[in-house]
Amino acid sequence: MSAADLSPFNSPFAAGTAGPSVRAVKDPFHGDLLEVSMGPQHPSTHGVFRMVVTLDGEIIVKLKPVFGYLHRNHEKIAENTSYLGSMPYTDRLDYLCSMTTNWAYALAVEKLAGQAVPDRAQYLRIIMAELTRLVNHSCLVGFLFNDLGTSFTPLLYAFREREKILDLFESLTGSRMMCNYQRFGGCRVDPTPEWLAAASRLVDNFPRFLDEYETMLTGNEIMLARTQGVGVLDAAKAVNAGITGPCLRASGYNYDVRKVDGYGFYPRFDFRVPLGAHGDTYDRYMMRVLEMRESVKILQQAFRDLPAGPIMDPKSKLRGFRPKAGEAYGRTESPKGELGFFLVSDGSPNPYRYRVRPPTLINLTLLEDMCLGHTIADSVVILGSIDIVLGEVDR
Amino acid sequence: MLGSGIIKGLAVTAKNFVGSYHDPARMVTEQYPEERPKLPEAYRNFPFLVTENATDPMGTLRCVACQICEKECPPQCIYIEKSKDKKPDATGKPQLYPAVFAIDTSVCMSCQICVEVCPFDAIKMDQVFEVAATNRFTGLLLNREQLAKPNSYFHQIHPTDAHEVDTRLAAERKAAEEKAKAAAAAKAAAAAAKPATPAPATATPAAPKPAAQPPTPPTA
Amino acid sequence: MESLEQIRDRLLARFPGASVTLVINPGAAAEHSLLLGAAHAVEMARFLRDDPALQLDYCSNATGLDWPDKEIVETKKLSVADPAGGPAKIVEEKTKRFEPGYLEAVYHLYSMALRHGPVIIRLRTGNRTDQVTLPSFTPIWRSCDFQEREIFDLFGIVFAGHPDLRRILMWDEFKDHPMRKDYVDPDDYEWEPTPHDRVLERAKAHYPVPPPAPAAPVSPTPEAKP
Ligand code: SF4
Ligand code: SF4
Repeated sequence: MSAADLSPFNSPFAAGTAGPSVRAVKDPFHGDLLEVSMGPQHPSTHGVFRMVVTLDGEIIVKLKPVFGYLHRNHEKIAENTSYLGSMPYTDRLDYLCSMTTNWAYALAVEKLAGQAVPDRAQYLRIIMAELTRLVNHSCLVGFLFNDLGTSFTPLLYAFREREKILDLFESLTGSRMMCNYQRFGGCRVDPTPEWLAAASRLVDNFPRFLDEYETMLTGNEIMLARTQGVGVLDAAKAVNAGITGPCLRASGYNYDVRKVDGYGFYPRFDFRVPLGAHGDTYDRYMMRVLEMRESVKILQQAFRDLPAGPIMDPKSKLRGFRPKAGEAYGRTESPKGELGFFLVSDGSPNPYRYRVRPPTLINLTLLEDMCLGHTIADSVVILGSIDIVLGEVDR
Repeated sequence: MLGSGIIKGLAVTAKNFVGSYHDPARMVTEQYPEERPKLPEAYRNFPFLVTENATDPMGTLRCVACQICEKECPPQCIYIEKSKDKKPDATGKPQLYPAVFAIDTSVCMSCQICVEVCPFDAIKMDQVFEVAATNRFTGLLLNREQLAKPNSYFHQIHPTDAHEVDTRLAAERKAAEEKAKAAAAAKAAAAAAKPATPAPATATPAAPKPAAQPPTPPTA
Repeated sequence: MESLEQIRDRLLARFPGASVTLVINPGAAAEHSLLLGAAHAVEMARFLRDDPALQLDYCSNATGLDWPDKEIVETKKLSVADPAGGPAKIVEEKTKRFEPGYLEAVYHLYSMALRHGPVIIRLRTGNRTDQVTLPSFTPIWRSCDFQEREIFDLFGIVFAGHPDLRRILMWDEFKDHPMRKDYVDPDDYEWEPTPHDRVLERAKAHYPVPPPAPAAPVSPTPEAKP
């Protein structure tokens, strides 16, 4: 294979849009290009993700993601299952954030069937979703440092906090990660006052963990050298490529579905959307830390205002649920980006079409552009900062 | 100063290191299996079938083989065959019972949907988590003898739920009895008004038929 | 934001000869959509993206839908006068109508700049077998890149103009399109202890003598004993 075949300009998009990160190989000292298959069994690809990387020395000149190693055709399974039966499967899409995935699915079905949700359930959903955001983001910052090479200390500090929240989930829903908590028209179990008190205490203590974590890592010179200016993502390009969530906001583009759509009771809450300026890996890391601080604010307001009342819409039913024919697209801001469910009903108990809009798969669209010109060690960090979960990428 | 960030970070790890010897907030590791985890009451893993008493588990299964859970289970891991005969349940009403009730726990994902849809409170979530088998196909296929656990066990693992279920069932049974009594009284009154006609057979509650043949107790 | 009717009228005025139809969604969500003719679809999509009043710069979701061929039997009741002069007889006349199936690609567009949406557009193929080519929107919204590959992989719509149309989730040698409604999964069946319906049928084919009576005869293994 000649070097010309592998030039970055063979990349389908690089041709017209050669940005600053696209590096042409013209240097006579460069030898043959080397193609490396990274993954699917690679500790730093966060699961069974694989990238076929073409290297010039240590510099990436081409990168092709390869998917499907965890593909189980979730959508087909859901089309052969009742609406309720797919709820536990949604836990297993993004297995770090089962609560938000449950909510996104419940939201889409409620939209499809025109179902109302009682106030208390709306508040509980926000509590669960924001706790999940804390879980996800603390995992992410831990793993990011693992990818940077600080083997395990930051990760275990983050896991220590995450485990406390998962214990709360377990004592409420019966399972740490596969919560299966939301139902169409409400939530499954009502937390006791003791649970709420424990959760509220945990949330009040959470900023202390963040402060400690930031003292430990945010100013660390090695971390700054490894992340600043690495994997820069341009905002206009990101919008066009459908990048959502913290990755988009790190580039300075203000778009948060919680604010834009105002689903659930989010308009009642006072919180800010943190924005980055450079769109590099460091900003993406900071975005997660700042979002955790905002989530703490939302949670404190939710615990303060949580109303009493039923948690299920009395009209909703567990069995024999058949929405009228039609279609609906419900989208939410999951911790990883915009998570949507597109459902088509033909009036039967199973969805005619069930589609998950996976934020992490689409956030990977620009992985190549972000990695070009960087070393292979940086690609690991960039991938880590995008935050993928293969259960959702491959479905 | 270059390097001050690193030193600050190391101070934090040092604090955590020292803390891990005395501060319970930083001592998070549980010495499983020497130390048993304390499971929250809501913890769920794998379903079991509730029986009314422990001495005759197969005779007092609450399940009436309505097959709702079999139909609703998302991965379809429940298999039920209805009985041909009927047996009296806790209230003495003859009911079907499952001749075969099997759950493939290698497929079951402990989602609790079977528990939610069961109208008879016959299936509940267990808390076992140390499950292993050497046989790939049948080792984790639990039949009804293995799934049946007495109500007292349910009280032990989910006290709040069990209490709520028992109270509700007791109330329902009482209401049913009163209704039956009222119906009987009304019939008796009707019969008394027309003494010439022989009382219908249903007026006297028939003694529960002896169960056809109690299923064989669990072997081995 | 403009209503879909206004958008349709503007598109028709701008692109004479293009076909734009409003598709009504009867469900509770009432998210109606625009069906674009494939011939002018790319120009229309570019117009939707660049028009200053719309600025639909973000394609959130792109997905496929499969509508298989349908045979619709219509029953008409005709009253035929009896030639012998008796009472008129009711004769049922059945007409079979064949409705060809098609594949559909659905795009959910939002505007990040103006924060409105969704505008849903759909494209339809001619049939499900040989006329399955649709224009690709990847040059307009790059977020369609992986999603159109996925539609190609799972539904078999070929996107003309896609820069890198390969299978994405299934492996390259895979033949069929698994999300189609008439997909038959391969008969690589393993023993299933709790078979139901379709799986049970298959189990019988694989284990002819006798189909394994599930569960009851299985003697409990010591490990699994509660
Ligand atoms: S817990 Fe879920 S998977 Fe397991 S038997 Fe019940 S319904 Fe099926
Ligand atoms: S466990 Fe409950 S739902 Fe399942 S067959 Fe028995 S009675 Fe019916």
